Amino acid sequence: MAEANLLILVVSLLLYVVLGGADFGGGILELLTKGKASGVVSRAIAPVWEANHVWLILVVVILFVGFPSVYSTVLTTLHIPVLLVLIGIIFRGSAFTFRHYDIDEVRPKAIYSAIFQYSSLFTTFFLGVTLGGIILGEISTNYQLGFYQIYIHPWLNWFSFAMGIFMVLLFAFLAAIFSIGELKDDKQVAYFSRISKRLIIALVLVGSLVFLSAQISGHSLFSDFLHSPASNVSIVLATLALPLLWVLLNKNKGNLLRLVAGFQTTMIVSGWFAIQSPILVKIKDDVDITVQNSSAPYQTQFYLFIVLVVGVLIILPSMVYLYKTFHFEKNGTEPY
Amino acid sequence: MDEFMAARMQMGVSLGFHIVFACIGMVMPWFMFVAEWKWQRTNNPVYLELAKAWSKGVAIFFAVGAVSGTVLSFELGMLWPTFMKHAGPIFGMPFSWEGTAFFVEAIALGLFLYGWKRLNKKVHLYIGMIVGISGVLSGIFVVSANAWMNAPSGFDWINGQAENIDPVAAMFNKAWFSQAHHMTIAAFSATGFAVAGVHAFLYLRNKLEIHYKAITIALAFASVAAVLQPISGDLAAKNVAKLQPAKLAAFESHFETQEKAPLVIGGIPDVENKDIKYAIKIPGMLSFLAHGDFNAEVKGLEEFPKEEWPPVPITHYSFQLMVALGSFLMLLAVIFWAGTFKWKNWLTKKWWLKLLIIATPLGFVAIEAGWIVTEVGRQPWIIYGIMKTKDSLTPMPGIQYTFYTISAVYLLLTFVVTWLLSRQIKVLHKNYL
Repeated sequence: MAEANLLILVVSLLLYVVLGGADFGGGILELLTKGKASGVVSRAIAPVWEANHVWLILVVVILFVGFPSVYSTVLTTLHIPVLLVLIGIIFRGSAFTFRHYDIDEVRPKAIYSAIFQYSSLFTTFFLGVTLGGIILGEISTNYQLGFYQIYIHPWLNWFSFAMGIFMVLLFAFLAAIFSIGELKDDKQVAYFSRISKRLIIALVLVGSLVFLSAQISGHSLFSDFLHSPASNVSIVLATLALPLLWVLLNKNKGNLLRLVAGFQTTMIVSGWFAIQSPILVKIKDDVDITVQNSSAPYQTQFYLFIVLVVGVLIILPSMVYLYKTFHFEKNGTEPY
Repeated sequence: MDEFMAARMQMGVSLGFHIVFACIGMVMPWFMFVAEWKWQRTNNPVYLELAKAWSKGVAIFFAVGAVSGTVLSFELGMLWPTFMKHAGPIFGMPFSWEGTAFFVEAIALGLFLYGWKRLNKKVHLYIGMIVGISGVLSGIFVVSANAWMNAPSGFDWINGQAENIDPVAAMFNKAWFSQAHHMTIAAFSATGFAVAGVHAFLYLRNKLEIHYKAITIALAFASVAAVLQPISGDLAAKNVAKLQPAKLAAFESHFETQEKAPLVIGGIPDVENKDIKYAIKIPGMLSFLAHGDFNAEVKGLEEFPKEEWPPVPITHYSFQLMVALGSFLMLLAVIFWAGTFKWKNWLTKKWWLKLLIIATPLGFVAIEAGWIVTEVGRQPWIIYGIMKTKDSLTPMPGIQYTFYTISAVYLLLTFVVTWLLSRQIKVLHKNYL
């Protein structure tokens, strides 16, 4: 039962990365394009905005119900980067909505935009740093050690920072790809295709930097990767998708692009998960937190599973309906 | 301020902030729904205008409620990791349902806000109803999780570990029902009076039909809620008397166990001398309200070791404030019904509109006070009778700084939201002039 709930957790995390990520990336993209992407981003994400972020809440709930020691340990030791993520989430979410709903006046909108853009970048970066901290294995539960060792060192390192940059590029890339399908003007399509290509190159570079920095930080990510057939397959597939994306970008196939980019992100996340599994959080000076030793009792997992299945049966069709109503429109009418 | 106090204050500020947005987010969709329904039935464009104006407010409140709620789901673990480690698997069930309900609300709200042109009229209306239903459900689930902290059930506590966990029994704990109806009714009452108050203010300046209709819809909900609330409150208090006698004693600054216990109104509690000064006392009334019998014995705080007393003055003042405001709102509800069915000219009179303006924030003040009553009244326990709040505190030092940071962020957000709404309202007026 624990495994089934973990699977739902991973899928939720994935959906958060792909859907929420495209939306975080929207802010980053606006920043990269100096506001040129503004209209596109707002139009593309406004209706699905709230729903995309609930995936994170689902991840958190599955964690504290099903795997409580993961939740408690991570939020204790990585308190600081998580707090930064939360502050970013507050600013980003509010600024986006305020920008959308404030009456038309130039000045406050420019301020909201700036807050939305910078906090998108900030939040994404620290989300990556937090993930890096969880993966790296410098977390210690020996709370007698000094403040720096317990609360700073696990995330203040090259690997976590490389993860932060990787996340920023990944989310911007997803946003760029998702936006192309929304564009009507050929010039803009060409512009976004160019950005997407640059982001792909940057992603490959920083992706190798992640492995390199893991080595520097004393983590065996690379050899773990070599020893996990499943993650080899995932990463090979993710890499193979790159030339395909390039071709599709040249041919301007909006929906197919989204699909391939989504697939690629899925492969990256599942590749990471394959390396990590069954360890959920690596602990430096104690037993690692695994699926088995952190799982809540059977009774809890069982009822959690039932709620999640019922939830998914309600949510997925509604989500599809939501997306169908506002996306994938071929005709040129304004959606709302 | 020490770490422990800072952590409690941070939790208090975060919850106190979130609760306002959460209540509006779960109640306003119902007003929108009624306005749209009226529009479809009467074809009066004023109703459509109203539904659209309100929906902008809902979008803003919902977004801020969603982010502050997300923050809370992390803060529980960042501040109280020991509590969450033990409690998560037990009281997680209502949280998982809440996640589902909230998800549905987020999807439905997206469809509602942006689907005016895209969706069929009837479908759009029904989706508005789904927003309202899922909002109320998610509120009830969250309150059920909180009720479990007051009336823990569904597990055996053996050597500091929870065994034989039964998540269903935990969800339907002995406090869930009384807390759920009390909170839901409070949300309708507070939001209704707040909306009515804002429109009363605007109507006084400019006698437009839209404001009058807005007041009527908001008060139709709020007045029913405000009349039901004392009954709901009575049931809730009886439940507290049974489950958490120390908390009830703190409400009333009731130090000595006695029969024919008096109801204490107002007053200044003197914890040192176990006394209360300057209070009005109605003999036997507390016995009657708590146990349904004027002669029943009501346990006083003296029955409990002093280190297990909740902070008496805060709990006492908050309780008194909540009851006083609730009674005032009930009075307004009665006037509203009298005006609706008998003295129709009352409802456009200046004194009535002014009363409504005064009432604008009062429901929310009562909600905050009630929330303090539940949470502070449970202290020193985080899980009543099982785990103390101080034993579940995070080992991370420097919580003072996170408290200051979070408070500053929420203070800023409060200013911005207020400013934003006032601008929205101004524009609403301009469009009509």
